[in-house]
This record gives sequence, C-alpha cells and structure tokens, in this order.
Amino acid sequence: MHNKTIAEISRDLAAGTYSSEEITKDLLTRVSKLDKDINSFITVTEEQALSQAKAADANRAAGNASAWTGVPMAHKDIFCTNGVLTTCGSKMLSNFEAPYDATVVTKFNDAGAVSLGKLNMDEFAMGSSNENSFYGPVANPWDKDRVPGGSSGGSAAAVAAGFVPGATATDTGGSIRQPAALCGVTGLKPTYGRISRYGMIAYASSLDQAGTITHTAEDAAMMMNVMAGFDAKDSTSVDRDVPDYTATLDNSIEGMTIGLPTEYFRDDLSADMQQQVRNAIAEYEKMGAKVKEISLPNTHLAIPAYYVIAPSECSANLSRMDGVRFGHRCEDPKDIEDLYCRSRGEGFGEEVKRRIMVGSYALSAGFYDAYYKKAQQVRRLIKNDFVTAFNDVDIIMGPVTPTPAFKRGEKTSDPVEMYLEDIFTIALNLAGLPGMSVPCGAVNNLPVGLQLIGNFFDEARLLNAGHKFQQATDWHLKTPTGI
Amino acid sequence: MALDQDQVRKIASLARLQIDDNQISEYQTNLSNILHLVDQLAAVNTDGVEPMAHPLDAVQRLRADVVTEENQREHFQKIAPATAEGHYLVPRVVE
Repeated sequence: MHNKTIAEISRDLAAGTYSSEEITKDLLTRVSKLDKDINSFITVTEEQALSQAKAADANRAAGNASAWTGVPMAHKDIFCTNGVLTTCGSKMLSNFEAPYDATVVTKFNDAGAVSLGKLNMDEFAMGSSNENSFYGPVANPWDKDRVPGGSSGGSAAAVAAGFVPGATATDTGGSIRQPAALCGVTGLKPTYGRISRYGMIAYASSLDQAGTITHTAEDAAMMMNVMAGFDAKDSTSVDRDVPDYTATLDNSIEGMTIGLPTEYFRDDLSADMQQQVRNAIAEYEKMGAKVKEISLPNTHLAIPAYYVIAPSECSANLSRMDGVRFGHRCEDPKDIEDLYCRSRGEGFGEEVKRRIMVGSYALSAGFYDAYYKKAQQVRRLIKNDFVTAFNDVDIIMGPVTPTPAFKRGEKTSDPVEMYLEDIFTIALNLAGLPGMSVPCGAVNNLPVGLQLIGNFFDEARLLNAGHKFQQATDWHLKTPTGI
Repeated sequence: MALDQDQVRKIASLARLQIDDNQISEYQTNLSNILHLVDQLAAVNTDGVEPMAHPLDAVQRLRADVVTEENQREHFQKIAPATAEGHYLVPRVVE
C-alpha cells in the first residue's frame, strides 16, 4: 500500500478496499522498520494516528466521509501540534510541546486526515541539505549517502520512501522545491499569503510559505484544497477566493506560452542537467505549448538580497527563544544576561547562530540603509523582472537545482557554497510567486526536477501544467530501490 | 567586508549568543564570507526604488478593539522552564 497516491487512497477508502486503520497500521509498520536508515521522522504519533484512523472509519460508516477522511499524511516539525513535541529540528525546542495547533494542522484534522507524526528538517528551516538538524541528518532514499535537500528534507524523504503519500512542508528560499527535486517527488510552494502561517514557526516572515510534498500534482491539488485560504490569525494572510484546485487539472495546455529565462540555462547548470530540463520542455511543446526565451536580468542578485533579508528577519524572530517562557534553558544562570546568552548559545546550532549574527549585524545602528533597505530595494527589482516577464508568457520553466543530490558532508565546510544550491529557487520567495518542482528525469540514477513558476495566485495553472506532464511521462512514478 | 575578532564578539553579544573563544575565528571567516557575498548589492543602482516589504504590497489589517482570546496563562506556563504564582522566574534583575 506504500506507493499509493493520496487520490488512490481516497478512492480505495471510499470503495472499502481497505480501512483507514489498515493503511495507517501498514504505514506505521513501514516507518518503524525502515526509517532508522532514513531518519525522516522526529516524532511518530502512533497512538494518535490510530485513534484518528478509527474515528475516520467510524465517520465513513456513518456516511460522513469526504475526500480526506482517513487519508494518512505527516507534518513538517515546524507546524505547532497541540500537546505534541514540536522541535523545528532544534535543541532549543527539544522539550517544546506546543500549546496549540497551527491553522494548517487544524485544517487537516478537520478534513479527517490521519497524521503519522512530525518530520525532520534543517534547524529552524535554515539549510539546503537537512544536515543542520539537531535530530541528525536525513538520508536520500535514492542513495543513502546523499542528502535529501532541505530544509523540508524529512517531508521529501518520507514521501519518496513511501512512508506517507503526502506531507506538509515550508519554503523560504527553496525548502520545498529543492528537496522535492532531489528526492524525485512533487513539491508546491504557493504564493506568499495563500496559506496561513499561524502556528508555523517563523524563520523569515516576509518569505516563509507553507506548501506540499506529494508524488503527483493531483495530490498537491488535493492538499491545497485543504490548506489554502484566508486566516484572520495571520496578519499577512491574503483574503482572496480559493478555487477547487482539482477542477482544472485536465485543462488543455495547447497554446500556453512557456518562458525560459536565459539566466537559468548558463554555466551554473551542467550539460546533463540542462538536457533533462530541455527534454521536459520538449514534452510540453509536443502537447501544444509555445516556448519563448525571456530574461530575468537581476537573477544574480537574489542570493545576496536573500542573505540580508532572511537573516535580518530571523534575528528578530528568534529573539523569542530566550530561555524564559519555553524551550531550552541553561543550568544555573548567574544573571539574566548569562541566562539569555548561554540558553541561546547552547540551544542553537552553528548555521542558526551564523544567520542570527549576520542579521544582527545588518540591522545594527548605522548599517540598516546599506544592508536591509538596500536588499529590500533590490528585492523589488527582482520582483519587477518577473512582472515584466509575465506580460509575455503564461508560465516560466527552468531547473530547480544546479546538480542532483550531493553527498553528505560535501558542502558543509563552506556555508556560502551551500547557499548557492538555491540559485534557481530563491528569487521566487523574494518576489512572492508560486513555484513547483516536478520530477522530469535522472542523472546518474538520481532524480532531477523541473521548476514551474507561475504568476501571483496562479497555483491552479502550475498544478494543471504539472498534471499534464505527469499524464505524459512516468518520472513521478519511479521509486527508489532498496527501501 | 571582513570582520575582525572584536567585531564578531560584539555581534555575538548584541545577539545574546555565547560563542566559545576557540570558535571565534571560524565565525570570523564564515561571517566575513557571507558579508562578502552580500556586498554585491552595494554596486546596484537603486535610486528611487521603493523598498519592498510585502510581495503584494499589503498593509496591516485593522480589526475592532475587542477581546478575542481568553486567558490561558496556566496552559501556556506549563511549558515554561520556571514559574511561580503565575509569573515567569528569571535570575534577580533588580537588587
């Protein structure tokens, strides 16, 4: 049962092929047997999962079932879950049982979904390899010596390994699309503000966005139908109608204009990778799409702008972790200063400390204009590139990552080298646009992702384009051997 | 821009982070490299460009000034490191 999609499970449950309790038990057994080699889960909530599954089966028997009733999934450990350990991959929150549910969690609970637990991630969502977790690195199911990507590495690996058919995830600079690409699964980062951030532990508030990791675009649409929508509890949530994302999956894409940014097909991208992405675009041309070369001239400024804005916002957001109200507190503080400094020094990992320090520096007296304000101005230039491009094209396509999954330890010695991993994904977060990664090929038996970039609130078009590609190809059906 | 070790100590102190002395030079290298990366921004002409805080240029919503949350002090303090009589405990601040 472990390679079934959300849509298949939903149909099977409706047909009575098996019960929610049966598939939940089956997947829990698979996790307990195989996750020791992958490390995708931080917490498995077996008891709660079984009670949710039984409740779902009872609701179905009473005639109260909907598409999600009894469907198993799991949450990235960045989403607060009432009474359940919520660590954000950090020692700082290694004792934090959240006192409330994130809106996203509430929505899946209300839809009748069954959560198997909380998934591993880079600490506070800072990382591109899932090597920054206090709970240890996550292995890529395709090659256990390689990284699954990050920061949603646990979500991507868990879906690729067949532990859950879908998982929540978050994306601040590529943290959904990059791990989805490296693990051969489908990842959707919606428009900024489309999904509530309430109860989603903040890293960089103006960039953070929740999204989905699944096998298929159809499943992503099903998750979006649950997650998307306005939430008064999130002051940056956007009040705008939510379409039925499954309704337009099969629309024809004949005549759709695809923009290919020149800047995404340069030397940063190896010939092998380039070939896979070009093959995928040729597939779209066969379906009647037109291709147009475009330019996003400020692409090279996205990483520098991001590494001012994200650290600045994180230095402010993470000031709440002070050892006073929740989380890690050092032993025997001699005064309040010592309590703050040692609790934070002990509770945070190296990458988190680096980013807090970069942000503290950028925001310190005398530097604000040169760093934060400048970066916010450059951010507008980057957004304007996309606004101009979307005057002429319906969708933009390109690679997700410069290379397939790299080896663990390969990029840990130099943080800047790791940052360059997000070169094709980070600009979307700065612009606030939706993006998606769809499996589109392989290099040395490792998955390659195709990135689809949409205009603001054009998630339905991305899902439609992703679905049509998956009707014509079988890359999303390939599963890793040896797991 | 390259940072010296005193600057690294100063930043750590501003950020309330204890950094061991033997790690200062590693932070010095890594933070300097990151600042070098972002220094590319200085060369960009941004005259007259409005800084962008929200991708959709949204502004804060206002709501009626009414109570929307009930008091959950006991519930929230259950997860605190140290509390007494409804207060959070920290080392003595005022002598």
